[in-house]
Amino acid sequence: MLRYLVQRLFVMIPTLLVISFLVFAIIQAPPGDFLESMIAEQQSRGENVNTEKIEFLRHTYGLDQPFYLQYLHWMFGTWDGLQHQNGGLIFGDLGYSFEHNMPVTDVIGDALSLTVIISLASVLFVWIISFPIAVYSATHQYGLGDYIFTFLGYIGLATPSFLLALVLLYFANVQFGTSIGGLLDPQYIDQPWSLGKLASLMEHMWIPVLVIGLPGTAGMIRRLRANLLDELNKQYVVTGRAKGLPPFRLLVKYPLRISLNPFIADIGSLLPELISGSVVVSVVMSLPITGPILLQALRSQDMYLAGSFLMFMAGLTVLGIFVSDLALAMLDPRIRFGAGGSR
Amino acid sequence: MIEMNADPQPLKHFVCERPFDPYSVEVVSPEQEKLYLASQWRMMWLRFKKHRLAVVASIVLAVMYTAILFVEFLSPYNLHSRNVDSIFAPPQRVHLFDKGEFIGPFVYAYDYRLDMETLKRVYTPNLEKPQPIRFLCRGDSYKFWGLIEGQTHLFCPPNGGTLFLLGSDRLGRDMFSRILYGMRISLTIGLIGVSVSFALGMLFGGLAGYYGGWVDDLVQRAIEILRSIPHLPLWLALAAILPVNWSPLLVYFGITIILGLIDWTGLARAVRSRLLSLREEDFCVAAELMGASPGRIIFRHLMPSFMSHLIASATLAIPGMILGETALSFLGLGIRPPIVSWGVLLNEAQNIQVVALYPWLMMPIVPVIIVVLAFNFMGDGLRDAADPYK
Repeated sequence: MLRYLVQRLFVMIPTLLVISFLVFAIIQAPPGDFLESMIAEQQSRGENVNTEKIEFLRHTYGLDQPFYLQYLHWMFGTWDGLQHQNGGLIFGDLGYSFEHNMPVTDVIGDALSLTVIISLASVLFVWIISFPIAVYSATHQYGLGDYIFTFLGYIGLATPSFLLALVLLYFANVQFGTSIGGLLDPQYIDQPWSLGKLASLMEHMWIPVLVIGLPGTAGMIRRLRANLLDELNKQYVVTGRAKGLPPFRLLVKYPLRISLNPFIADIGSLLPELISGSVVVSVVMSLPITGPILLQALRSQDMYLAGSFLMFMAGLTVLGIFVSDLALAMLDPRIRFGAGGSR
Repeated sequence: MIEMNADPQPLKHFVCERPFDPYSVEVVSPEQEKLYLASQWRMMWLRFKKHRLAVVASIVLAVMYTAILFVEFLSPYNLHSRNVDSIFAPPQRVHLFDKGEFIGPFVYAYDYRLDMETLKRVYTPNLEKPQPIRFLCRGDSYKFWGLIEGQTHLFCPPNGGTLFLLGSDRLGRDMFSRILYGMRISLTIGLIGVSVSFALGMLFGGLAGYYGGWVDDLVQRAIEILRSIPHLPLWLALAAILPVNWSPLLVYFGITIILGLIDWTGLARAVRSRLLSLREEDFCVAAELMGASPGRIIFRHLMPSFMSHLIASATLAIPGMILGETALSFLGLGIRPPIVSWGVLLNEAQNIQVVALYPWLMMPIVPVIIVVLAFNFMGDGLRDAADPYK
């Protein structure tokens, strides 16, 4: 187990490094940079351009240096010999947001934790909803319920989430009087955490969680159902039934346990999906999570801000995959001992 | 207790009196013979035909793809023709009977007034003014595919009236026509995007599966990394790279390529796993021993045996691309006006007021759902048919 863990860790670190390089290349790619467009804008408005400050920023962030140096600077900060001076993503310095005129860490603060909360809640939602439905569908294959759930699943896959978000938001407002947009009632914003604030968060959170989780749920039901069906048709199930095991016990004891693997294994593919969904949904619902800020940052070439977000999302997924791999290894000895995955 | 002193004589050997033809098992009916002799593709077709939903879905898609050839002719208005008098007009219903009298398909003209209290535009059908729809008529002039001038439409608004089957938008443009024009972009974007990812997937999957070893490892790692970055933010970031001064047509191609660039991983995996199992087959070893080049073995011997699977996976990849484009354009980083796709149209339905006041602006979602479902069903059918011998 320890060997497996170390092995996975060693795979994870280069993965993150490659991703960081990709991310940096992408946010660097648009011609020009934020400072240039800022100068142009200020000049067009006839304002005095604060050349000193811009030169300072340009120098501090090395925008006048070649690409690879900028990358190294962004990733590892500046070094004086072996002495680390400042900056660097790996030391937790996310850089400077030119648009907001403050360090990226201050801009994104709450957004990150709320993103994590929403993502986790969505994963839980996907599990809780898809498990009973999948088991029911598989044990009642080609029954009426199976058809209905399959149909609903297809609709869930095909409906763009932003539209669902809009419609649900509208109905929540009309039916329950939930305030539109945001994750909190206006009076709780910027307040310390309290029970009331938590309740307000819960009240607002079900719509985004539902909307973000729905496509994933549809996929999960499909996979779990297929897995369970495969398992149910195997000989040992027939043997068990022939020997008179009670149906429920027969279901729970082996087939269900084996077919539960995708629950853990699919976090790897579920998380990117959920995060993709949350970007669109949060823009529509103006949630204070990563989506809207990322979009704005990409539009205005605020590269460090955009880069931090992309890095954060990718990091979250990689971490999710790592955790799911570990959990899977604990659950399934076939993987732990390297005798071929069951994915 | 069983009586033990029963008659000890054995049973007489049973022989059936009926005539027996030992070759009867091997006689095949003409239908069976046809099936046995059928080529691989024919068997797939037979298998596919059994999947009703897939057949219906393919017909729907075929109709839609044919329709995009004749968009200019089918739509009553042009893409950009504005009707300043009817802004945010709700859908007009087509009627056949006016006061119990049959007068063919017609619509009632709208009476328009501005509600001075809510500042809402109120349209009420004027039941006194039935206006018959014209067919095969002269309407807005257009350039068919930007080449041939024309004026004939399948149906046009009544003389002096309007025809908004799905309502109109904030500039008084007909939603129905715009959805038809948007179909041309939204449907082709999936096809072009999939061809890009198909090519990439075959190339990388082929290399990984055929050579194995470190090539395989490299490709596998690359796939894992690409898959672990959430697609939408990546698409957004890449779309933000496209220069602002590009023409909308260039942006369109840029977006399709971006969609394809990220999406090839699934196909590459499919190719790789099939190749890995196929390259151990005898016919492959034989070809190798006879000195065939790797390219020839891959494309001449291996490709045909799993082309069907590839087509099925590609079909299942298209809806993701269509949804991706829709989301990108919806967020304003995808296709740019004046080119119109369903996502661009939905961009106008971005806020809650639209849902409350002008719900018909969300209509473009209906074709999106239909197309995505149809591709999913067709893909399922193709996947089942891909292995007709099972």
